[in-house]
Amino acid sequence: MLGLNKKDLGVLLLVALLAMAAPILLNPFPADSGMAQFNAGYPDLMQRFVIFGIFAIGYNILFGLTGYLSFGHAAFLGVGSYSAVWMMKLLSMNVIPAILLSVIVAGLFSVVIGYVSLRRSGIYFSILTLAFAQMSFNLAYSVLTPITNGETGLQISLSDPRILDGANAPSYPNLFGAQMNSAATIDVGSWSFTFSVGYYLCALLMLVAFYISIRIFRSPFGLMLRAVKSNQQRMNYTGLNTKPYTLAAFVISGMYAGLAGGLLAAMDPLAGAERMQWTASGEVVLMTILGGAGTLLGPVLGAGFIKYFENIFSKINDNVLHGWFSFMPDGIEDFIITIIHPFVGKGWHLTLGLLFMLVVIFLPGGLVEGGQRIGRLFRRKKADTNTPDGTKTPAE
Amino acid sequence: MNILEVKNVNKRFGGLQALGNVNLNVAENTVHAIIGPNGAGKSTLLNCLVGKLIPDTGSVMFDGRSVLGRKPYEINQMGISRVFQTPEIFGDLSVQENMLIPCFAKRDGAFALNGYGSVGSQRDVIDKAEEMLVEMKLADKRHMHAASMSRGDKRRLEIAMCLAQDPRLLLLDEPTAGMARADTNNTIDLLKQIKEERDITIAIIEHDMHVVFSLAERITVLAQGTPLVEDTPDNIKGHPKVREAYLGESQDAA
Repeated sequence: MLGLNKKDLGVLLLVALLAMAAPILLNPFPADSGMAQFNAGYPDLMQRFVIFGIFAIGYNILFGLTGYLSFGHAAFLGVGSYSAVWMMKLLSMNVIPAILLSVIVAGLFSVVIGYVSLRRSGIYFSILTLAFAQMSFNLAYSVLTPITNGETGLQISLSDPRILDGANAPSYPNLFGAQMNSAATIDVGSWSFTFSVGYYLCALLMLVAFYISIRIFRSPFGLMLRAVKSNQQRMNYTGLNTKPYTLAAFVISGMYAGLAGGLLAAMDPLAGAERMQWTASGEVVLMTILGGAGTLLGPVLGAGFIKYFENIFSKINDNVLHGWFSFMPDGIEDFIITIIHPFVGKGWHLTLGLLFMLVVIFLPGGLVEGGQRIGRLFRRKKADTNTPDGTKTPAE
Repeated sequence: MNILEVKNVNKRFGGLQALGNVNLNVAENTVHAIIGPNGAGKSTLLNCLVGKLIPDTGSVMFDGRSVLGRKPYEINQMGISRVFQTPEIFGDLSVQENMLIPCFAKRDGAFALNGYGSVGSQRDVIDKAEEMLVEMKLADKRHMHAASMSRGDKRRLEIAMCLAQDPRLLLLDEPTAGMARADTNNTIDLLKQIKEERDITIAIIEHDMHVVFSLAERITVLAQGTPLVEDTPDNIKGHPKVREAYLGESQDAA
């Protein structure tokens, strides 16, 4: 079905199921309980999960398959956001032209940057992409203020022309009238689940993006990209021109980043230069490696993991900690909180950094490898007599 | 008819004249060996044939067309395949995937944005790769990680990958370097078998006299960047100039 083999179809269906049920699955704790702060099922955060999922899926096509480590992909994210906001200012608050333009502009932009950067490989390629991204950031921040509105960031306003919108058109990003921020909240007992239009649009696009990435992974084109990573010399002496392959991978991943940027702007119609900063480029590298570079599912997991940490772990402050450890005697309670304090709240980066180190050292294949190991452990216990079939799956 | 014609090729690296007025003709459907002591310019010559180096002067014609100024992948598409001294294969991929890549290169050319259909649905390429795997006795290793194979098998795979493209000229750069005697003999048998079964020209650079004399129909001896003699193996064996330049030196080295 859908041109996928059974296993890939299973992965796709699993992701689809998780994405569709996310508003329920991510809200496992009753709304008024002490654990409610660990609920991630609110639209704003879920949108971030899937948007950065798209970003990482695209990045993985470049980094995971060809091994070219780009440190500048946030530039395409930012370009996508700016394009989308401009579309919403000039044409219509409908998100479709905004998203289309963000993909196209990011694609064109990545042709230029990719063409120049891919003249080199290895660390020189990484530095070139980093330099380009920082250039874009600085341009957006200062010189290009008429287009980007500099420090303040590009926003929509009531005086925008919006030539396609009628007088009564909604003044918030919408899909044919359905506003991105409109949501239905359903209470089940003491649980509360929020289903928003914006999230489901993002989730559907993420599924399309995921599906395309599976097709690329399994195609002859994907095989060539993996060959680029493995041995460029042999490729050249096998009559294959590596340059267009790497450029195509770069542009595809740039368009994914543009789509993510466009969606960010569609969910919240503003775009700022900080979206292009090198920390944002580094974040997608972390997501991909943490989840498992070169695997299908890895980038999605990595994106979800990091965004969850960023939004949930950072909320744990001393008051929350005191709440948890109040059953202990005062002295011990204070002592434990002093130890935990640097790792939570504003210190969430520290925990994330430690986890990242652990993953890179012990699970070089990322979270996906962790999952596979656990799976293998169970399978071995279940059927010790089964001989392995010897088939190798290069990417999960 | 000559498939490869090298005329007056010179190549200089700084003060070193690596190749001086090299003339070499390789006749179609023969096995032609190029031998010579270390530093004779064998590898430089080979690199000039495949586009890795561009000679300072002279011409290199393959099948009536110049290869000079063309990129390695273009020269490969013209029909020259190269086997490296240390096997160059796609170590991260499976043996079968290694075999598929030259088959795709043969069918689709230097670049094809074939991103939609799955690899498994390209029956013609899968069948061609399978045929080569069976012919080269690698079929039982098809799911193996290529990097984890033995050196001899890697060499066999690399040769298989080159043959999958149906090249007209196969260049081998010291194909038995660093191999045990048994592996060397296997490689000799393999090359003999390839020569018998296909219309193919083989040019081979080799140190090992045993390999050269069991395979070659013509031998060119290179010394200090210039061809000393070109003749049949029997005549080369007894040639005084060759003894002096080549065999004499190899005794010193030993």
